[in-house]
Amino acid sequence: MSSLTQQLLSITGLSKQFAINSETVQALTDINLQVTPGEFISIVGASGCGKSTLLRIIVGLDSQSSGEITLGGQAIHKPGVDRGMVFQEARLLPWLTVRDNIAFGCRSNATNVEKCRLVDEHIALVGLAGFESAYPHQLSGGMQQRASIARALVNRPKVLLLDEPFGALDAFTRINMQQEVLRIWEAEKTTMILVTHDIDEAIYLGDRVVVMSSRPGTIKKIVPVTLSRPRDRSDYDFVQIRKEIYAEFFEQSPKPFAYAI
Amino acid sequence: MEFIDINSRNEGKERCTAQVQAVSAGAEHRWGFFLLPLALPVMLLVVWEVLSRKGFIRPTILPPPTDIWQVVVEMTVSGELLKHLLISLERVVKGFSVGAVLGLISGILIGLSPRIERAVALVTGLLRPIPIIAWVPVLILWMGIDEASKITVIAIGSFWPVLLNVIQGIRSTDRKYLEVATILEKSRWMLLTKVILPSALPSIFTGIRIGIGIAWMSVVGAELIAASSGVGYMIMYARELSQADVMLVGVFSIGITGLLIDYIIRTVESRLLKWNV
Ligand SMILES: Nc1ncnc2c1ncn2[C@@H]1O[C@H](COP(=O)(O)OP(=O)(O)OP(=O)(O)O)[C@@H](O)[C@H]1O
Ligand SMILES: [Mg+2]
Repeated sequence: MSSLTQQLLSITGLSKQFAINSETVQALTDINLQVTPGEFISIVGASGCGKSTLLRIIVGLDSQSSGEITLGGQAIHKPGVDRGMVFQEARLLPWLTVRDNIAFGCRSNATNVEKCRLVDEHIALVGLAGFESAYPHQLSGGMQQRASIARALVNRPKVLLLDEPFGALDAFTRINMQQEVLRIWEAEKTTMILVTHDIDEAIYLGDRVVVMSSRPGTIKKIVPVTLSRPRDRSDYDFVQIRKEIYAEFFEQSPKPFAYAI
Repeated sequence: MEFIDINSRNEGKERCTAQVQAVSAGAEHRWGFFLLPLALPVMLLVVWEVLSRKGFIRPTILPPPTDIWQVVVEMTVSGELLKHLLISLERVVKGFSVGAVLGLISGILIGLSPRIERAVALVTGLLRPIPIIAWVPVLILWMGIDEASKITVIAIGSFWPVLLNVIQGIRSTDRKYLEVATILEKSRWMLLTKVILPSALPSIFTGIRIGIGIAWMSVVGAELIAASSGVGYMIMYARELSQADVMLVGVFSIGITGLLIDYIIRTVESRLLKWNV
């Protein structure tokens, strides 16, 4: 891997406990992850293993119990426009049109001209041209998520965090959105960290797939995906990687026979 | 390929039900839809008229609708009805503006700050249960019998519903939107104007509608007790002259004006809250 100075995002020894009714829940234990600029990281793991918590700490909505996160060498303590986030629900403000929602993402100190240009650019980037004055309830789930991505990108954040962004979409829209994210990632060269339940999605998009285990929530394995893009889900190497990741989840269950290559 | 996938499609369902409602509302746009609300009042009027004409109801107590209509026409032509209505309406507008603005500002402060809420909790808790009518004699003592006391009564009456609904609206702002604004490093002012207030707007409108209703009731109450003009005065004066028809004209014009005010506010509301489906 590259040297430390080349790291964009560096997570070291990160742990997080929650107190629920005077009992402590260990949500994350000793997370270590180095992300290089422009990298696409996928995170998969069972429900409750702390994926959302990890993203919320990176974006600054929660704070860690111990450990450190640095972005471009600076320690992270609070939210900032250098990190964008997209949630499973698009979280568009229902009272603003698509254009105003995306403009809501702009830095407060941006001039109006600058804002308009950025907003128009990003509406085009996510393919929402023609829907600028629609309200969120007039959009399909996929379109809402596009607008949400545009709002998060309009500041040109160093890192874009995506927490199961396509979890609520149907299978067709989801595959379509995966291709869209890939296109946007290639166009913008934004570093992205994507949390997903969908192993195929993780392999299709990621440069590396981080496999997390629950209780305690920690990184179990990091699987590099060196296949060239666009990737073919039925490709032999793709299938091998999928098998490798599946094995991480179901290793406890008895295997009738080992995979032979 | 989908791995563990729970609670994934909740939002889709909500959108569907919203659309179903929209479709069925469109299908109802027939004549029956508009005539339906008129059927009951027309029936009541006919029964009332018939009973009066047959002599079952004494006209000195309850004159028949046609006689009342006669008085409406007379009072409209002479301009008396409109004069009293406009005077009452002017008081409502003044009193309600004061009460609603105060309610809005205090509601925002209390809604945003639990400290302020604690600080004023005892005072509001004590004042709120006092019926508006109980204030009328007190205010007359303090401010005299003219306009100021009436406007203050109306302001007090409309203050409470606006206050309570603004607080409730601000409190119910979805955390998810607040998180989005936090991530985007929005200032407190932006948070208030772009997130909290818009999301509280439906609630604020509820407060305004209830508030203006109470304002309208308070004005009549105040005028019944002490006034030399306005609809309330008109009713009281007619009672002294035993003019049942004039009294009923006053009573019903209160109802009709209230209905109109509510209709206007609803129209404004549906324009402003296009997004709220
Ligand atoms: N605000 C909170 N207070 C207390 N406990 C919390 C809180 N947020 C998360 N937790 C706990 O932390 C653990 C991890 O939660 P988290 O939401 O990060 O899981 P996740 O991996 O995102 O799960 P999913 O895939 O279902 O979204 C859970 O056991 C949860 O109960
Ligand atoms: Mg989660």
